[in-house]
Amino acid sequence: MSIEPIGRRPRRVFNPTRIMIYCVLGVAAIYYLLPLYIMVMTSLKGMPEIRLGNIFSPPVEVTFEPWVKAWDTACTGLYCEGLKVGFWNSVKILIPSVVISIAIASVNGYALSFWRFRGAEVFFTILIFGSFIPYQVMLYPLVIITRELGIFGSITGIIMIHTIFGMPILTLLFRNYFASLPQELFKAARVDGAGFWGIFLKIMVPMSPPIFVVAIILQVTGIWNDFLFGVIFAGTKNFPMTVQLNNIVNSTQGVKEYNVNMAATILTGAVPLAIYFLSGKYFVRGIAAGAVKG
Amino acid sequence: MAHTGRPNPYFKNLNAKLAATPMILTALVIFVGCSAWTVIYSFSASRSLPVNEFVGLAQYERLFRTSRWDKSVENIAIYGVVSLVFSLVVGFVLAAFMDQKIRFENTFRTIYLYPFALSFIVTGLVWQWILNPSFGLQQSVRDLGWEGFTFDLIAHRDTVLYALLIAGLWQGTGFVMALMLAGLRSVDEEIWKATRVDGIPKWKTYIFVVIPMMRGVFITTLVIIASGIVRLYDLVVALTRGGPGIASEVPAKYVYDFMFERGNVGQALAASTVMLTTVLIILIPWVYFEYGKKKHG
Amino acid sequence: MKSIEIKDLSLSFGDLKVLEQLNLDIFDGEFLVLLGASGCGKSTLLNCIAGLLDISEGQIFIKGNNVTWKEPKDRDIGMVFQSYALYPQMSVYGNLSFGLKNAGVPKAQIAERVARAAAILQIEPLLKRKPSELSGGQRQRVAIGRALVREVDVFLFDEPLSNLDAKLRAELRVEIKRLHQRLNNTMIYVTHDQIEALTLADRIAIMLGGSVQQLDTPHAIYNHPVNKYVAGFIGSPGMNFMKGALSGGDNPHFTIDGLNVDLSRYAFGEQGVQPTNSAWLGIRPEHVHVGKEADGLAFTHEVEVEVVEPMGADTLVWSQLANQEFRFRVGGQKTVTPGEKLIVGFDPISASVFDGHSELRL
Repeated sequence: MSIEPIGRRPRRVFNPTRIMIYCVLGVAAIYYLLPLYIMVMTSLKGMPEIRLGNIFSPPVEVTFEPWVKAWDTACTGLYCEGLKVGFWNSVKILIPSVVISIAIASVNGYALSFWRFRGAEVFFTILIFGSFIPYQVMLYPLVIITRELGIFGSITGIIMIHTIFGMPILTLLFRNYFASLPQELFKAARVDGAGFWGIFLKIMVPMSPPIFVVAIILQVTGIWNDFLFGVIFAGTKNFPMTVQLNNIVNSTQGVKEYNVNMAATILTGAVPLAIYFLSGKYFVRGIAAGAVKG
Repeated sequence: MAHTGRPNPYFKNLNAKLAATPMILTALVIFVGCSAWTVIYSFSASRSLPVNEFVGLAQYERLFRTSRWDKSVENIAIYGVVSLVFSLVVGFVLAAFMDQKIRFENTFRTIYLYPFALSFIVTGLVWQWILNPSFGLQQSVRDLGWEGFTFDLIAHRDTVLYALLIAGLWQGTGFVMALMLAGLRSVDEEIWKATRVDGIPKWKTYIFVVIPMMRGVFITTLVIIASGIVRLYDLVVALTRGGPGIASEVPAKYVYDFMFERGNVGQALAASTVMLTTVLIILIPWVYFEYGKKKHG
Repeated sequence: MKSIEIKDLSLSFGDLKVLEQLNLDIFDGEFLVLLGASGCGKSTLLNCIAGLLDISEGQIFIKGNNVTWKEPKDRDIGMVFQSYALYPQMSVYGNLSFGLKNAGVPKAQIAERVARAAAILQIEPLLKRKPSELSGGQRQRVAIGRALVREVDVFLFDEPLSNLDAKLRAELRVEIKRLHQRLNNTMIYVTHDQIEALTLADRIAIMLGGSVQQLDTPHAIYNHPVNKYVAGFIGSPGMNFMKGALSGGDNPHFTIDGLNVDLSRYAFGEQGVQPTNSAWLGIRPEHVHVGKEADGLAFTHEVEVEVVEPMGADTLVWSQLANQEFRFRVGGQKTVTPGEKLIVGFDPISASVFDGHSELRL
């Protein structure tokens, strides 16, 4: 057999298979991007242009009027105070929910990784399988419980609900992360006389910023995007942004203002989108964390 | 042998037990307790409030005689099967293509995955606008000169489900792709070297070597999407509100409507118990496969 | 004086018994090495002594105090781990002082103790660095320093050199020995490396299946292993074992497939010679003499060279003796070729005889 190292190395770029791959990926990318493009274009047009024009065409005359209206004066049935109310409600729900749920779950995951006690794994297993139970199954008893506690229809109530339903995935996340840290580090700290909280706060937490970032991303997007719990447990006054958005867009009263609707939709999606674009690999890690070991 | 000063086992690790209290309460009170409560009261004659009058399977009999429930079950079954097949196939194909050492991999991944960051409400409302027969895609294509173009899935009873599917897949396929890509990346590089040395074509390697190796990833993905599908609610509320008529109703919406709007708790509890059963049917074989073999996960 | 006493210690995880009825006394200032293959329970025992594992039965005394249920920090021990287990976010100084801070030692005294430990280990220039900026050897020095600053009487080492490359391992081994000579405190050292064990230990405890097989000086363990397991475990290349029969009387003989080994010079144990059809004769490759050196030994025989493994200082030769595998060492300068016939012999005084069933030394 003779091998001929003569001539140019074959160039991969013009390989037909690769062209096909890029075409498929490109077409898919268009499908995914189109709605975002349409949303933005629609939100920048005036209503007359929308009635006449094409949803694909960029606005002839760019107007930010719909954005202002969506934020400030859009109507949800009765009130016309815009989305800003929902935005601030969501913020009020989001911040304590994220802080409390992560605080509880991180300590929990730490206890499960390093301070195993009899029965701990059983409760953890129930917790993980519980996360697959449809929320609908637990809704009514939860309404009763929160009502008995006097927190139904309040910010406190919805915070508790988010803490509960965030617990399985967050505990799993932290448990797996802490379990991946060397056990000898924990032993060394014990010989050095640090206790349960000392080891957690002085050794483990300083080693774990990445996993806290993942947890924050997971919780911020999850809680911000929640609709079902918000509509049931937050109370009318405290409806989060998603509920208010739905009420604005799907309200049956008045003339449909598609540009305002799209502006409102973008505004509601802006927070998780910003998190997504800023956090890149952490977002992927976060969503994969739930799947890697369910 | 007697031990002097052996600590009481109940107080051992006290801090850890205290720290785990919220988890223990959530597991027992919420996940076990609330589910059990729902199952028990699904056998009661509860109307607007739960009552202790138990009537056997009456709620279930009524449930399965209700055409709206039957339609909901049919819808979720069709939606579930189509969306599972599509998202797994498309997700895997995209991931396999992404795995060919392509340029701009990060850009493509960012594009495919961003809808997953958006809520179902946002997803539903965007697609409601795009699929709007009077001003959306259909009208735009007609304006371009293709007068006969029809794309009004959302307006017809027989096709509205496809509208839900388009929106749902747009939101979720990127996620499946990301999981599949992670699975593909975890396949040992030497497997690829071995098949190249053996002269096995790439597509054959994928089908006969890589996919079987990724069985775990597939099963896990399947369980995650499937349990998500059972919960499908927000998307329907935002995109179709169950319409036209009852053409796009789903079980989760049935539960919500009967529980909070129609004041028929008994029906809602029976319906949610059926949902729970469905999830258990998905879950139990998976648990068996995952944890049956290797005792401790 | 006894530094550590372990009485009837047992540990089981569910049905799995990891340590069984273990007794061990360690004297003040002694360097004890726990040696064994992985899974023999040596690290588990060390963790029990440290208080990092709760035992199922038994008692542990350190310096005469019953510490069985005491927290690790209250046992007056320092511990060094295989993976160094340095706190990654703290500087070297932070690592060394963490335990003292937890114990509420005044700042000035912390600084003084850290400075002293750093001087002993020659890590003063590294005090401000993070562990990630250190080499493997430097990290292990810091880990030793963390035990040193505690100024305790008992040091526990859990395979401290296993993560280092061969050259560094040899260097640090000497340093640990030097440290022991200087501090003269009690050290318990877990390893699976017999060279470390033989070079460092005052006494070695060889463990198997959760119990101590033999506890003795390196010299005694090497020369008079109590059973076949210990004999085979210690020494590299391993001891030759030949199966045969043992005849008693005033003139005991070991018979291997028709070959007779005169054991009249062999020191039998207290129970004397008990004739048996099944026994093992063990002889270390380095105790086999070749050629002229074999002249006049109680046993000599001609063997054919099969495989030759030069190892630098000496050469290991593989051959057959009475159809059983037989290895021996020759000087590294000697040329030996496969197929060559050599006269080999050994003095039974350096051999070991084991019972064929109980595998105990006879």
